[in-house]
Order: sequence, then C-alpha cells, then structure tokens
Amino acid sequence: MNDIPVLGMLIQLVGYTVQVITSNSTIIMALATPIALGALCGVMNERSGVVNIGIEGMMLASAFVGWYVASLLGQVIPSEPSFVFGATPAILTGVVAALLTGVIASTVHAWLSISVKADQIISGTIINIVAFGVTGYLNLLISTHAPPSGGKFAPFQPPTPVVDVPIVGWILRAVLQQGPITMIMILLAIGLQVWLFRSRWGLRTRAVGEHPKAAETVGIDVIRLRYRNVIVGGLFAGLAGAWFTLDYGNSFQAGMTNGRGFIALAALIFGRWHPVGALGASLLFAAALSLGTAIRTTPPTGSLGSLLTPIPEQAFAALPYVITIIVLAGVVGRSIPPAAVGRPYDRESTA
Amino acid sequence: MTPRKLASQLVLPVGAIILALLVGAVVLIASSPLVEGYLDPLLPITTYSALVEGSLLSFNGLVDTVVNATPLILVGLAVGLGFKAGLFNIGGQGQFLIGAVTAAAAGAALSSAPPIVAVLLALLAGTIAGAVYGFIPGFLKAYTGAHEVVTTIMLNYVAIYVVAFLITGPLRAEGASFARSPDVGNAGLPEIINAGLGHPGHIGIIVPFLVVGVAWWLLYRTTIGFEIRTVGANPDAALYAGMRPRRLIVLAMTTAGMLAGLAGGLEILGVSRNMPAAYSTNVGFDAITVALLGRANPIGIMFGGLLLGAMRAGAPLMQTIAGIPVQMVDLLQGVILFFLAADILVRRVFRIRAAGVGVDELQTVTRSYGGQTTTP
Repeated sequence: MNDIPVLGMLIQLVGYTVQVITSNSTIIMALATPIALGALCGVMNERSGVVNIGIEGMMLASAFVGWYVASLLGQVIPSEPSFVFGATPAILTGVVAALLTGVIASTVHAWLSISVKADQIISGTIINIVAFGVTGYLNLLISTHAPPSGGKFAPFQPPTPVVDVPIVGWILRAVLQQGPITMIMILLAIGLQVWLFRSRWGLRTRAVGEHPKAAETVGIDVIRLRYRNVIVGGLFAGLAGAWFTLDYGNSFQAGMTNGRGFIALAALIFGRWHPVGALGASLLFAAALSLGTAIRTTPPTGSLGSLLTPIPEQAFAALPYVITIIVLAGVVGRSIPPAAVGRPYDRESTA
Repeated sequence: MTPRKLASQLVLPVGAIILALLVGAVVLIASSPLVEGYLDPLLPITTYSALVEGSLLSFNGLVDTVVNATPLILVGLAVGLGFKAGLFNIGGQGQFLIGAVTAAAAGAALSSAPPIVAVLLALLAGTIAGAVYGFIPGFLKAYTGAHEVVTTIMLNYVAIYVVAFLITGPLRAEGASFARSPDVGNAGLPEIINAGLGHPGHIGIIVPFLVVGVAWWLLYRTTIGFEIRTVGANPDAALYAGMRPRRLIVLAMTTAGMLAGLAGGLEILGVSRNMPAAYSTNVGFDAITVALLGRANPIGIMFGGLLLGAMRAGAPLMQTIAGIPVQMVDLLQGVILFFLAADILVRRVFRIRAAGVGVDELQTVTRSYGGQTTTP
C-alpha cells in the first residue's frame, strides 16, 4: 500500500480530532465532570489506603435521592429560576440531599472496610448492588405517581467577547460555559492537588496510605483520618450524583450512571493518584465519547470519512470502556498505587 | 463434616437471610402507602407468601425455580472459582452474554442439522466464547497487573455493545417484527418436564447439578484444585512450593468464563430459543450473591442458586398479588450481601461465637488491587 495517502489520512484525522475537541470543549468538560468527581472521591479513599469500588453505587443513589427530593420540593415551593445558575430552593435542597446520600453510603463503606475489616472490594460491590436495587425498586414504585421534575441548574453564559477570543476561546468556553457542579469540580481538582501535597492534612493522608504503622507511631490517628477521608470522598460522589439529575439532566433512569464510577477508577489510576492528573484523564475519556458521537453526526469528509463511517456505532460507544482496559493494562506506563491501599489497619498487628 | 461444624457453617448465611427479610419487611411497610394508599403492617406477609407461593408451592413454580437457578448456579460457580483463586470475577455478566450470543449464532446456523449435533455444537460454541472472554481479564491480570474487578466490569459493558451490534446487524432475523436473532430450531434443548407454556423445563436444568459435582471434585480432590486454592490463600507460598500463580490465574479465569458461557448457551437454547437485541439479564450480579451465600463452596453455591432462583421465580406473582415491583428481589439481595459482609451484626443478633466462618475467609480479593502483581 502506498504510504502517502496513509500519512495524509493521519494528518486529516489529527485535524478532525482537534476540530471536534475545540468545537465541543464545553460538552467534553461537562461529560468529564462525574468521572472527575468520582476520581477525586477515589483520591480521598486510596491516598489514605482504602479501596472504593462503590463510587458507582454512591453516585447512582445520590442521583436518585437528589432528583426525588428536588421534585417533591418543587411541588411544595414552586419558584422561578433565579439569575444565579437558575438555582431554586428545590434544586439546592436536592443537591444537599444528594451530598447527604453520598455521606451515608460512604460511612457504610468506611465502617465495613475500616472497623469491620470486611474485604473492601466486596464492601464496595455491596454498595453498588444495594444502590442499584434500591433505586430501581423506588423508581418503579413512584413511577405511577411521580412528581414533575424539580428543574435543573442552568449553565453560566459568559459574554460573547470572552468566548470568541481567538486561540484560547475554546478553553474559556470549556471552563466558563458550565453549570455550578462542573465549576466546583474544576476548583476541587486544583484545590485538592495543593492540599494533598502542600498541607499538613495532605502529608498525613499520604503517610497513612503508604505506611500506616509509621504514621501511627508519630501520633496520627490512622482510623480517624481514614474515616474522615472516606466520608469527605462520599461528598464528592454525592456531588457527582447530583450532576446527573440536577445539572446535566433533570430526570432519573434506572442504572443511569452507566459505569461512570468505574471509569473514574481508571481515570484515577491513569492520573497516577493525582487530583489534576485524574481530571486530565477524565477529560480524555470524555473526549473519546465526544469523538465517537461526532463521527456519527458530522463525519469527516474524503477518504477518512469513507474509512470511519462504516464502523458500527456500537464500536464508538464501547470505546471509553476499551480505553479503560488498555489504560489499566499499563500500555501507557505502569503507575504505582499507595502502598497500603486495600489493607485494613490493625493497631495490634506487627506488620 | 460433623453436624456441629455444618451448623456453624450454615448459621451465618441463614442469619443473614433472616435479617434481610426483616429489613425487607420494614421497607415494605414503609412503601405500603405508595402501593395501597394506606399504611399496611401486613404487606410483608402478603408479599413474602406470594413470593413463596410463586416459587415453591406449585409444580410450575418449582420448575421455574430450577430453570432460574440453572444459570445462577453455573455463573455462581464462575464467581466462586475466582474467589478460591483469590480473584473477584465481576465479569460473569459479560461472559454469560458472549456465550449466549455465540450459542444463538451457532444455533441459528445449525437450526436444521440433526438435533444432537446441533445442540452439542451450539453449546460448545457458547462455552468456548465464554472461555475466551474470561481468558482476557485473566491474562491481563496475570501478565500486566490490570485488576480483574475493573477490567471485567468494563468487559461487561463492551459485551452489551457486541450483542447490540450483532443482533441489530449481521445476526438479525429477516422478517422479525423486532431485532432478534433467528430461531435456533433443532439446536433448541428438548423439554423433559412438561409444565405448560412459559415454563420451559428443558433438559439443561440437570447440567448445573452435574457441574457442581465436577467442580467439587476438581477443587478438593485434584492437584490442580489444590494449586488454585493455594494461590488464592497465599500466592507467595504457592510460588515457593513451585506452583505458577500466573498460569493458575489465567486457568481459573478461563474456566470461570467457560462456565458462564455455558450458562448463556443453556439459557438461549433452552429458554428463549432466540436472542432479542434488548436481551437483559442480571445474572452476573445475582451470581455474586450466590457465590458469597455459598461461601465459594460448590455445594453451598448450589443451594444459594436455588434460593435466588426461587426468589426470581416468585417475583412475578409477588408483583401481581402484592403490587410490589420485582426489583424488591434486588433490594433483598443487596441487604443479604450487606449482612454477609457485616457478619459482626449477624453474630451479635444470633449470639454466635464461632470464629472465621464469614466472608472474611475471602479476604484475599482486595490484596492485588492496583497493579501489584504476584511475583513471577
């Protein structure tokens, strides 16, 4: 085969990808939000030595509770969307309910994996199965007399001159043309990066995740710190849940998190347990999703288009999951987890 | 096994089931205003008796129970075998689906071949496809360190898209009103129990009971079973004793995929006889409950599978009589699992002092999380 057309097609593919990413930067950042928040939840857990497979279930439960509380309250106190992100008392209460759900679920996980010393992966799996069962059950139970949606946040609309700035306009759009949960996620990722590596809490957390015994001997309460971090992580998962039903959409479907909580774990590993790295990895997954959609809706022209369009749509839908497997297999380089991850801490043990 | 030891083995799962039914009763009473419009403290009795009536108290119900238990026991063994080898195979779902779609394709191709040949070849195709789908995460785990929990979950999603692509594309039956694969014809499993329409007592229901026996013999009476259990209990010791943990991990995952693929084949060839694009199943996750209930022991898994099979068989009648969504069964399962993991609660309630009979026995799963492979 002549290699000139191949090279030409490769250049066209790069150009097409750049075009898709720059023109869809807002939606990519939005789609990355639950993945990144889930990964930040993972950072809180795994940096202090606890594995959390239950992020998916925590998100699903929070998405349901947040949505249902907002719907109920929307009937009691109907109000016009305010000028700040279109927020209403109902939506804000829904977010608080979602956060509380995340806290409750993560407290269960903390208790099972830190105090009971049950297997942490089994504990997380239980949270996933319970969340799937309970939300599916309740969703069907209320479906016959479901209240109308309690509404959702509206994205911020930056002034036109800002988003039309040449060269960096697409980045400004990605950051500014967003709902509040996405903006909080960006700030959290940056803040957590600083806290983890520049604060006393961060040093202690990393110590507990690497060598709990040594941390204990210098006076750190390992059990308490782990509890606190796992529960704060639950807040992040709860916020991710609220994103599904109060920011991105305004309805609930059974199993709507669709594996985002697990992709978050891969983003965590790909980002090497760094908050900003995890955000970067989440953006990569979201870009892959967006690229798959774009190839179906606005396929590239010429020989590249005729090469890509016959690929079945399911192949693109499966792409983020396949990328996750490839990332985990370490094709992109091996990353090293915190040394004590997954091991319950036992004050009495000699190890 | 002495009766006393057997009793101590049974008390935790039975205790967890009793506590879960109590929690379920509270949920049912709390949801009765939504179902019936008033608070009904007797709703749990109505619901649970409908569940029992639909699964055990009629001939049809009993057939349904065993038919439902068939894939649950096989996939439960696939999960349990992983536990024995220190692996958490959440990929039963994907392995089942790939086995099912392959059996559906092979069955459709062989629909006019002689029945015995068609059935055996179609089952074999499903089993092999499942084995391949189990081999992938096993290989990745053993040679790259990618944790099987995340890779198998990802492969579950990939399997859904593979099925959707095949059934809406190359496998789609011509002239069917909705997207489904062609009927399997002669490759369908013959019915051995006549329980009427919608209660297919196919010959495949004897397969899980045979496989339970083989699995028990393999795990506890052969060298390979001993090696698998040793790798699960202590990979370092296994390595020191000259075993090869990596090869055993691949072997265990491939065998697990094989069992789940066989289950998928039996389900398509025996029950639905073609595969719709919207084929949905919860068997992979139910199987985790089955394996934990049976504490990863083949005999225990058989009883766990029959219990969950009964719950699934009784659920439709529960929905008709008591108006409770079938998802109640998912909820009950989750609570059973919770009490199995939080065995400390069960022990307190039932005042058990026996040590080391809970899920904690399986505390090897998390160890290898996050890329730490066993040394070569």
